[in-house]
Amino acid sequence: MKKILFTITGNTCIARDCYRMELCSETDCGAADGEFVDVAIEGLYLRRPISVYDCTERSLTLIYKNVGAGSARMAAMVPGEKLEILTGLGKCFDPEASAGAALLVGGGLGAAPLYRICRELLERGRKVSVILGFNKADEVCLGEDFRKLGVEPQIVTVDGSVGLKGFPTDAIRQIAPEFDYFYCCGPMVMMKAVCTMLDCPGEASLEERMGCAAGFCYGCSIMTSNGPRRVCKDGPVFKKEEIIWQ
Amino acid sequence: MAVRDLSCELCGIRLDNPVIPASGTFGFGLELAGEMDLNVLGGISLKGSTLNARYGNPLPRIAECPDGMINSVGLQNPGIDVLVNEKVPALREVYQGAVIANISGFSLEEYSECCRRADECEGIDIIEVNISCPNVHNGGMAFGTSPQAAAQVTAAVRSQVKDKPLFIKLSPNVTDIVSIAKACEEAGADGLSLINTLLGMRIDIKRRRAVIANKMGGFSGRAVFPVALRMVYQVSHACSIPVMGCGGVSSAEDVIEMMMAGASAVQVGAENLRNPMACPEIIGRLPALMEQLGIESLSDIIGIID
Repeated sequence: MKKILFTITGNTCIARDCYRMELCSETDCGAADGEFVDVAIEGLYLRRPISVYDCTERSLTLIYKNVGAGSARMAAMVPGEKLEILTGLGKCFDPEASAGAALLVGGGLGAAPLYRICRELLERGRKVSVILGFNKADEVCLGEDFRKLGVEPQIVTVDGSVGLKGFPTDAIRQIAPEFDYFYCCGPMVMMKAVCTMLDCPGEASLEERMGCAAGFCYGCSIMTSNGPRRVCKDGPVFKKEEIIWQ
Repeated sequence: MAVRDLSCELCGIRLDNPVIPASGTFGFGLELAGEMDLNVLGGISLKGSTLNARYGNPLPRIAECPDGMINSVGLQNPGIDVLVNEKVPALREVYQGAVIANISGFSLEEYSECCRRADECEGIDIIEVNISCPNVHNGGMAFGTSPQAAAQVTAAVRSQVKDKPLFIKLSPNVTDIVSIAKACEEAGADGLSLINTLLGMRIDIKRRRAVIANKMGGFSGRAVFPVALRMVYQVSHACSIPVMGCGGVSSAEDVIEMMMAGASAVQVGAENLRNPMACPEIIGRLPALMEQLGIESLSDIIGIID
């Protein structure tokens, strides 16, 4: 965990209510060490946890949705403004867990944390299939980024306005990709459907309202098959078999 | 800069400085051992422990508030056995300051048994009995809302705690905190910690439901500081046992203010959740602030407001 003062270098709307924020730091920002960061926002008491989209030693990219007071303030920020961020939080998707072919399933901005693991899997020579689900056309984003990595993502929308019609689970049935392991992130109902439908092992990145985001307040502890686990510290990525779905 | 004396004393236990992370906002210390030098902390009040392991309350347990937050963790803890056999010995490997065990319960028997076990544990310096948790039904706070019940718990645990200072942590959710503080003192408490969280609530107006799964929870953070300060002032002037001041402390200035009100040591709670480095940063700032205010020794300012 590091506490870093970042400078915003870009903040643009990439789809309806969805933003890409680019930040830079003057020292090693440590974002690569974790699955998410925790952003201090002026005027709000608690920090806001946001998954890392991409990072280098001195840069960080966040993809976030304007859904509440914190993200609304972030959306209004402009290049040059500063954000104090705790980095290096949470356990990442495990690229070693997939032996040959992996399936990545994203729902909405759940697509964001799949970008890094997609690249890591490709670097390890794994075959990667990507399915990204959205509600409708104006929410579709990030596909081009996966294409640049060399993967053609299958887009699926609930209303069928872009790509296949239906949910990511429908897309999995239709295109029947080859895989021995899966990684997913998105709304709980989607992750539950994916984890329940697929027979092979896999992992899901969960989301909960957090307090400290660093494992010491126990505000985000969920019950798992291995007992209580903190989403912020023991997760947010959990193995499929650990998760007890509500 | 002249050397400033930050040390303080709680019932014969010397602390290098008065700053202590409050129970529930710093885990068992071990969670942050890799992130900071724990030994800069005057003491650590460990996560509240009950006789048996508890998962705690359903999620969400956390809600944002103006200048504060609500928590409803519900005393999630691994139980007293794990505390005394695993957590405290492991913390002692890396930490030399004052270790404060925070004890909760649902009956006089449970409080007594937990305190007996904590009293026998070598690594624990001070026992802090929580009679003020707002987040569990039929437990905790019920014991802290009447002078009679508070005295009953204090007397019960007093008979079990033979070797260590016994502090009782008080609830602000009462009409007259002074009467409860005095009842604890008369029943044998060596010191008092105050305040625990204020019972609070938030509603998500779009979803038309309470933000916290348990609906209500404990409100803490900067917003409660004036309330906490007032209660520390009242209690420390009405009682002759030391007070650990707690509630909304977020800066070195707040530490000084709490001590001037009458606190012998100061706990930092919710601020740790916003900034895990809050305690080391506050301690680091204290010498310069003391210099600026002409304070040579922190012990000189305890309760100077009459």
